[in-house]
Amino acid sequence: MESHEEKPIIYTMENKPIVTCAGDQNLFTGLYGLLSQQLPREPMEWRRSYGRAPKMIHLEANFVQFKEELLPKEGNKALLTFPFLHIYWTDCCDTETYKASVKEDMQRWQGALRLHGSTDWLVVVVESDGKKKNKTNILPRTSILDKIRNDFCNKQSDRCVALLDPLKDSSRSQESWNSFLTKLRTLLLMSFTKNLGRFEDDMRTLREKRTEPGWSFCDYFMVQEELAFVFEMLQQYEDALVQYDELDALFTQYVLNFGAGDGANWLGSFCQPVRAWSGLLLRRPIDMEKREVIQRGEASLLDLRSYLFSRQCTLLIFLQRPWEVTQRALDLLHTCVQELRLLEVSVLQGALDCWVFLSCLEVLHRIEGCCDRSQLEANFSHTVGLWTYATEKLKSLGYMCGLVSENGPSSEELNRTVDLLAGLGTEKPETVNSLQSPYKKLKEALSSVEAFEKHYLELSHAALEMYRAIGRLRSGRLVGKSLAEFYMRKGDPQMAQTFLQDALKSYTAEGWSLPITHTRKQIAECQKQLQKTEDYLQTSALLASDANLSDEERKHFCQEILTFASQASEGKALLLHRPELDKDMTAFAQLRELQFHPSAATVHIGAALQLELRLCSLMPVPVHLEQLVCTVHYSEIRPAPAGSQRRPALSPDGTVTFPATSPSRGAAPGPAAPALELQEIQDRSPSDNALNSTGVVCKNVHLLMRINDNPASLDPPSAAASAITVEDGAEMLKANDVTLLPGNNSIVFSAPAGSYTLRQLCATVGQVQFVLPHIYPIVQYDVYSQDPQLTVEPLTESLLAGLPQRVKFTILTGNYTVKKGDALQLSNSDSMPILHSSACSACILTNQVGEASVSIQSSEKVTSISLPQTPPYHTLEFQLEVLCHIPSAPARAESERLTNGEVRHRPKNRTRYNSGMASIDQKVSVDCPWSIYSTLISLTFYTPFKAQHSLLSAGKRKYIQVCLRNVSDTNFRLANQTLADHQCTPSLQLLSLNAKTHQLVYSKQCVYSLWEVKWATEPPSCLQCVFTASFSPADAPDTALKPYRYEFQIERVTTLYSVKAEIQPAVGEQHCHAGALCRLEVSITRVMDPSEAEREDEEYTESEGLRTTKLMYEVVDNSSNWAVCGKSSGLVSMPVAAMATHKVQMEVMPLFAGKLPFPSIKVSKYLAHSAPPTTQPEADSCLENDNLSLLDKGLEDQGDTASLRSRGSVHSLGSGEQQQRGPPMPRLESFSPGQVFNCSMARQVLVLPSTDDHVLEVNVT
Amino acid sequence: MSVITADLRNYPLYIRSVPTQNELKFHYTVHTSLDVVEEKVSAVGKALPDQRELYLGLLYPTEDYKVYGYVTNSKVKFVIVVDSSNTSLRDNEIRSMFRKLHSSFTDVMCNPFYNPGDTIQSKSFDSIVSAMMVQSS
Repeated sequence: MESHEEKPIIYTMENKPIVTCAGDQNLFTGLYGLLSQQLPREPMEWRRSYGRAPKMIHLEANFVQFKEELLPKEGNKALLTFPFLHIYWTDCCDTETYKASVKEDMQRWQGALRLHGSTDWLVVVVESDGKKKNKTNILPRTSILDKIRNDFCNKQSDRCVALLDPLKDSSRSQESWNSFLTKLRTLLLMSFTKNLGRFEDDMRTLREKRTEPGWSFCDYFMVQEELAFVFEMLQQYEDALVQYDELDALFTQYVLNFGAGDGANWLGSFCQPVRAWSGLLLRRPIDMEKREVIQRGEASLLDLRSYLFSRQCTLLIFLQRPWEVTQRALDLLHTCVQELRLLEVSVLQGALDCWVFLSCLEVLHRIEGCCDRSQLEANFSHTVGLWTYATEKLKSLGYMCGLVSENGPSSEELNRTVDLLAGLGTEKPETVNSLQSPYKKLKEALSSVEAFEKHYLELSHAALEMYRAIGRLRSGRLVGKSLAEFYMRKGDPQMAQTFLQDALKSYTAEGWSLPITHTRKQIAECQKQLQKTEDYLQTSALLASDANLSDEERKHFCQEILTFASQASEGKALLLHRPELDKDMTAFAQLRELQFHPSAATVHIGAALQLELRLCSLMPVPVHLEQLVCTVHYSEIRPAPAGSQRRPALSPDGTVTFPATSPSRGAAPGPAAPALELQEIQDRSPSDNALNSTGVVCKNVHLLMRINDNPASLDPPSAAASAITVEDGAEMLKANDVTLLPGNNSIVFSAPAGSYTLRQLCATVGQVQFVLPHIYPIVQYDVYSQDPQLTVEPLTESLLAGLPQRVKFTILTGNYTVKKGDALQLSNSDSMPILHSSACSACILTNQVGEASVSIQSSEKVTSISLPQTPPYHTLEFQLEVLCHIPSAPARAESERLTNGEVRHRPKNRTRYNSGMASIDQKVSVDCPWSIYSTLISLTFYTPFKAQHSLLSAGKRKYIQVCLRNVSDTNFRLANQTLADHQCTPSLQLLSLNAKTHQLVYSKQCVYSLWEVKWATEPPSCLQCVFTASFSPADAPDTALKPYRYEFQIERVTTLYSVKAEIQPAVGEQHCHAGALCRLEVSITRVMDPSEAEREDEEYTESEGLRTTKLMYEVVDNSSNWAVCGKSSGLVSMPVAAMATHKVQMEVMPLFAGKLPFPSIKVSKYLAHSAPPTTQPEADSCLENDNLSLLDKGLEDQGDTASLRSRGSVHSLGSGEQQQRGPPMPRLESFSPGQVFNCSMARQVLVLPSTDDHVLEVNVT
Repeated sequence: MSVITADLRNYPLYIRSVPTQNELKFHYTVHTSLDVVEEKVSAVGKALPDQRELYLGLLYPTEDYKVYGYVTNSKVKFVIVVDSSNTSLRDNEIRSMFRKLHSSFTDVMCNPFYNPGDTIQSKSFDSIVSAMMVQSS
């Protein structure tokens, strides 16, 4: 009881709503434990005014003894001390006591309550069985309750409850407890709603008065905070926070309005100079000191803000939202700084930095205090801002207090430090024992240079680590840069450099030019201090070309380079090449364009190929270059002929334009630098060259793909980092003593011989070389040398043998100069002399045509052609006439059967079967002056004519016909056709039957000539003839006639037999009738006595003392006009004597009417096998020859056999096999064309139509 | 106030700031703010792209500036930096400024003579930005 008597410490979070207890204190004390334990057990729904969402709350209460002082006096706005419910406890159970004392006491209680307008009360009547037993005059318990209700609760009967046997553990007592607790909770909530509602209304009224002159923010603050406290007390932290946020917003708005000129009077107190900057204090739930200051209206802006934030922080942490604290803290710190600036509050320089620093650390400490490590790590993104802010502030403090300089602080700076420390006040008792308190840190950091460094580095690295951990690389690098600045101030450029380079890399990668310039300037300073000459030169070059810098600065950096360059060259007599002094050229100068003269970039040796480089110097002043060298690389690949293939990067005027790179980006490609290189691709099918597909292919995907849109990678392409290497040993183009003016310069090189690719560009300034490590796109040029070349080709489509033909000689002189006296030596060949024409001139071709003469001397073996003087890379052309003799008897496949003579196989000759022209290959070897080897030239000539001969007979008279076919495309004039006997047999006479001496032979046409052969004595068995003719092209009648010669041989000229056929109609008929049998009589007559040759050759059969030869005749009807009845062929034995005649008769039937040609009769020699025949047929008897295979052999043409006979032949086929078994076989030999003369050749006989009309079949075809 | 446009690889396409004396600091601030832009984009990126809010809100409060961000669907970033003391600009105004910037930027991209990745030199874009700067100051 005593403990509750004490005034509760309301300013702790143990605050609970106050419920007063009157009446029987002992009774209550007994129940207190249970009550305070049971009350919060179940939640209660709190329905709220103003449409706020209902909430379930667990109610707790602080039960205190009722005293009149506890009741709020009029105007007291304190809510925390406000008793929300008054309970009167009594266990009175008899009317006497009630009437005697309790009622009076209750009336007094009620009176006091009424006096203060409090209507929230409750009377509890505790009834216990034990008590009842003691008392005898027990009134029914209801009567006391009823009495009380009657006396006090006029209409509110629920204000009086009974509690049964509260200390007993019975279901009845439990029930009673429950209903009591519910009642208590309901009444409490009712009281809350009513009192808080009233309070809020009052508060709002107060807020509405804020435009009135006397209004004070601090007063209002206290009022609204009271509400917040209550909410907090009810554990409605959200609502509590809203109250503070409203206060925050209201204040902020006032400050803003003040800034806008609308000042409120009360703000004046906040504008007082800041005297203390001890930072936030978040360790107490409520900072009473500050609160009191606010209450007194003496708070500074920082005080108010600090207090407000500490409350917000407390509530947020209750709400488990620590990360919002950090967020708000950062906002708060920024806001405070802004507001102080806006309100023009005078603050000691650095004081705010102290305040911010302390506050940041305090917030961080507070957060660390309520979160574990893993949570912290997961939320670096929330805390890192505070870390950075603290770092920044500490840094600026350090600068301000002279803690960053190498010499330590000056006295003025020491004074400042002392002032700042004074403003911190004394350390708060909460943190006195903590070693790491922000207060101690700041004091220590400001105490000495070393301590400052330690703390600053610690903070920076912590921030860096966090940024790295959450992937905010850019922020991290900015911190790093700030660290670098610190190191520079400390005189430690080594450390600074790494951070700066890191930062630079990031800016470069993303092309932020201003930060690049700035960082680079810092790097330059750093490198200068570190005496990293090479790097410094490079950086200087970049800076000198940086357009973001002023001219002065650029000149300064340029001068740095030049100074170094001249120093170095003076210092050393021997200029040794120091590769570390090779600098990337992109910063120094840029290759913009390159132009070739001539534009094709391909010239032959001796001509001048000029290479004009357009260099854009980025230096602010003219720079004198000792040397400008372009390294070239010899390419082995033979250049394609000029003009046939342009180099890809080369424009038609021979210009190559290089993509401009931004110098500030260094070697790294800018965003647009790697332009798409597209090339058209066509896919053609290999067989018919048809287009399968076509497309565009990007050739530099590897470059483009490297720049992926992965935002995390800030590392630029490694090109910048890679060392620049100068290619050694390569050939180079040089230009000495060039002065590069700022802007565009043009430098001309002349190119050496060869096919080269440009690789590097290197500018030398003193000892410094600026190198452009790769020239891209690839530029090539060719200065080529070409061996002289000789080609010989016919002027016309084909060369004709036998006629003089013009042949063109072409000499491409290449790199060879044709000197006076140079000659071509042609080996002579008999079959192809070279004709000398008097006027033989040569053309010398370059761009214009020159004329020169060619003289030809010929000796027995060689023809020498002396050439005119010709410069290199010219074309020398001249023509020569050559003649190829026609070989007298060219091999001819077609003529073999006719001539039957020897075939001269000449391997050089081949026949062009497609044109029917025989060709002759002629080879000429040429010795050229430029080569020790002979050139072999092959020329192919074609014979213009093709000759055929044939032997014609008329009885015994013989004729020779020669057919000359013009196979060429030219028309010829033909003259002097003669035929002569090769052997010049005197008895032989060849009589020409040709009328004209001159004839025209048109292309692809023939001329026939005929001679009669006469002989005096015995006809020759073999005739060797020569046909000669002269010809000349028909369109050039003046030209000399050229001879054509054709040799041939004819054997077996003499007529041996004459065959005569006679067809006679059937007996009694005047004419033959179709379908009627006629008689065919064939008579074979021996015309000649056997000659000597014949006697040897032929096989004769001695029969009855008479020499006979066996002949076989065949009646062959080619046109199916006749049907042969009976045998169509047979053997006859002919006596070998002149005028021996053999007649054969057979029956034939004309199948058609009309003039029918005679069936042809074929006679051939029958050669029996050497063994004596088994059956000797009679001389005049017809041989049954159906079974003989020779019949089939003899019948070459199956189609011409008559139907009757064909049956026999089919039959013979079947029996032919028998014949093959017997080895000796008779055979047939045909006569030479002249040996059998057919008298009845082409005779016809009139056949009348058949009289039997109805039998006649008429075929109309 | 300054307006900065950066393409998806964070190359600045357009930078304009008024006043110019603190340009370097602007640049540093904006470059750093890209960290937050990327962080936000990757956080939002998990949502469906068509539901994505392009406006990223306040990225980065500093003592002196407020940095707002906006990212198009093609990851082009717009950043507006406003002086902290400038309280006249509300979130909605910033948002509409971004929208204007975006539509003007789209016009720039539609120009066939504009080479993507080049810095923006369009006069109309410039005038839109100038108008915004006048309005906000």
